[in-house]
Amino acid sequence: MAINWFKYASPKTFYPLAGKIIPWCAAGAAILIAYGLYIGLFVAPTDFQQGEGYRIIFVHVPAAWFSMFLYLLMAFYAGMGLVFNAKLSYMMASAIAPTGAMFTFLALVTGSLWGKPMWGAWWVWDARLTSELILLFLYMGYFSLQSAIDDKNRADKASAVLAIVGAINVPIIYFSVKWWNTLHQGSSVSLTKAPAMAAIMLQGMLVMAIGFWLYSVAVILMRVRSEILERENKTLMFNRE
Amino acid sequence: MHWNSINEFLAMGGYGFYVWGSFCITFLCMAIEVWLLNKRRKHIAQSAQ
Repeated sequence: MAINWFKYASPKTFYPLAGKIIPWCAAGAAILIAYGLYIGLFVAPTDFQQGEGYRIIFVHVPAAWFSMFLYLLMAFYAGMGLVFNAKLSYMMASAIAPTGAMFTFLALVTGSLWGKPMWGAWWVWDARLTSELILLFLYMGYFSLQSAIDDKNRADKASAVLAIVGAINVPIIYFSVKWWNTLHQGSSVSLTKAPAMAAIMLQGMLVMAIGFWLYSVAVILMRVRSEILERENKTLMFNRE
Repeated sequence: MHWNSINEFLAMGGYGFYVWGSFCITFLCMAIEVWLLNKRRKHIAQSAQ
C-alpha cells in the first residue's frame, strides 16, 4: 500500500493527527523524566571531582542538546517552507522556536548555576558560553522578525532565511570546546568515542534527554495546533477527531 | 539508595542551592510553557464561539 506522505502536509489533516500524538508523547515524557530524576537524584553516585554538584548535568546537558537540535529542526522546517512554499512547514518552524529558546535559556541558567561553585564565576566569555548566548539572540531575532512584519507570508519567509543563516552557529557551539581553548569542559559523550562517564550517570542523562525530546514534541504539536486554528480555521477545534 | 537522611539529600553536599535551583527553574519553565499553551487554546475556543 502506498502511503501518501503529502496528505499530512495540509494543516487540516495534520491537526487531528497531531492531536492524537500529543497524549502519548506527554505520557512518555512524564514517565521518562520521572525515571531520569530517580536515577539522577537517587541512584547515580557522587562524582569524584565535582561532588554532588555534577547532578546539574541531568537537566543542563539535555537542555543544551535540545537548544541546538531544535534550532536545526526549526531551520529545516523553515527551509522546507521556502522550497515547497508550504504553510504548515512555516507553522512548524514558528512552533518550534519558543521551546528551543526556552531550552537555550535553561542551558545558560543551569550552566551558570554550575559555573558559580565549580569555576567561581556565574559567567565567563568562553567560546562555548558565548556561542550559546548568540543562539538565544538568534531565537530572539526570529521572534522579533516574525512580529515586525505584518504580512504573515512575508514574515514567514524573512524569518525562515534568518533561521537558516543562523544554523551555522550550531556547529560552532558544538565544536567550540574542540576548536578553542575553553573553560567549558569538553564533551563527555560523543558519537565517535566511548563515553567518559560512569554508565549509570550516562543512562540517567539519556533517559532525561529522551524525556525532554517527548516533552518537546508534545508542546510543539500543541503550539502548532493553536497556530493552525488561528491562521486557518477556528472551527477545526470542534470537529470530531 | 544513595542518601542517609533527608537533610543530606537536601544539602546535596553543599551544592543544594545550585542543584535545586537548576532543577526547579527547569521544571518551572516547562510547567509555565504548558500552562501558557493551555491558556492560548482556551482563548481560541472562546473567540471561536
